[in-house]
Amino acid sequence: MDDTEFDRNSAPGGAPSRRKLLRCMAWAGAGTLWSVVGGVPTPFSLGTGEAQAAPAGGFAFVQISDSHIGFHGDANPDPNGTLTTALQRIATLPQKPAMIVHTGDVSHLAKPEQFDAAEQLMKTAKLPVHYIPGEHDTLVDDGKPFFARFNPGVKTGGWYSFDQGGVHFVALVNVVGLQAGGLGHLGDEQIEWLEHDLKGRSASTPIVVMAHMPMWSLYPQWGWGTDDADKALAYVKRFGSVTVLNGHIHQVVQKVEGHVTFQTALSTAYPQPTAGQGPGPGPLKVPTEKLAGMLGVREVAVTGHAVHLADTTLGT
Amino acid sequence: MSWNRHRLVGAAAIAAVALGIAAPAPARAEYATHDMSGMDHMAPAPATAAATPVAGPNQVIINNFAFGPTTLTVKAGTTVTWVNKDGDAHTVTGVGAKPLFGSQPLDTGDSFSFTFEKPGSYAYFCKIHPSMKGTVNVQ
Repeated sequence: MDDTEFDRNSAPGGAPSRRKLLRCMAWAGAGTLWSVVGGVPTPFSLGTGEAQAAPAGGFAFVQISDSHIGFHGDANPDPNGTLTTALQRIATLPQKPAMIVHTGDVSHLAKPEQFDAAEQLMKTAKLPVHYIPGEHDTLVDDGKPFFARFNPGVKTGGWYSFDQGGVHFVALVNVVGLQAGGLGHLGDEQIEWLEHDLKGRSASTPIVVMAHMPMWSLYPQWGWGTDDADKALAYVKRFGSVTVLNGHIHQVVQKVEGHVTFQTALSTAYPQPTAGQGPGPGPLKVPTEKLAGMLGVREVAVTGHAVHLADTTLGT
Repeated sequence: MSWNRHRLVGAAAIAAVALGIAAPAPARAEYATHDMSGMDHMAPAPATAAATPVAGPNQVIINNFAFGPTTLTVKAGTTVTWVNKDGDAHTVTGVGAKPLFGSQPLDTGDSFSFTFEKPGSYAYFCKIHPSMKGTVNVQ
């Protein structure tokens, strides 16, 4: 074990190394949350007051991802049930979230009845929901049925932005027009829109970018990346706090690059193998009693310029 | 919390670094625990990766995130059938702006057929997993 390797993931300026964090986790046990503050990942423990203090004066929202409504394989025969559990978990959060962002693969096969079921379940949360499509949602007619239902009013292409709680949110679409052998793709039109969207905004505005596929080359052999992400990210790098929320890979993987923190999320439906384990990124069958521990939701609390992320599994 | 578990988490992180990707960030400690136990099941690959089905003539089997055979050669007028025997959904989508053929999403067990009338080389891929590619050569 080499400290240098783990330090790759630590931001400069005294943030704890991964090794230190892992050591910390080893004794802190179940109370430890993984947290990201202002693009700098830091661990904090429940019960010390820090976790409760973080959201004070700010606002909070929740990210869920990859609900795959309509999936019926062995890896999870009841994705409706696990999405319901996730939404129930959100309903019991101490600080009521202002909204939910769903980072894609709402449905498994973009069928109308799957969209119907997902929409009905999401309504039970009684919270505004912002949807970003996954490639499973755009299988039919380049995603037109998805956009018509979940993003009515959004212009052609499906990308959009909005401001809430002092944060500028950008929802990108990197799952349409995929090419053989390729990765996720944004396209020049969307990147030009992003440049225009961010122009003139203060560099101190916290930015949250949401897209389904990872916005960095996480594992290109399995298509885990976005081929023109760098062109888009060039426009966000001047901001002091940038948080990129992705889905797609059904597990939490993190990367920090300057002020930009990338985080993929757990699925609410089924886990997938870690990169390169097995023949492909298919649904991973785990023993039934372990499934809930590999699914989850992410709380995001924003205080000033600081963005705190905390992942919680459905098994806790 | 045992030394073993700590070592496993470290080993996974090193493996991830060796692959040139960011190390997985465990959420709660339980997640790391479950994740590691999940690794036991990852070693022999997902349950769907059991015996490799053999494709019949003029047939392509989709299994383990691959089209098999990757290249199929047929005579003009032949109907080719793709059968999805994988645990995930896939598509058979011709390459190009206006592809000659393309399936709806194929769930596990679904199949798709297309008759190739004209000689040529027809490349296709899976829209859900673009790294999956195949070719039908029509003589």
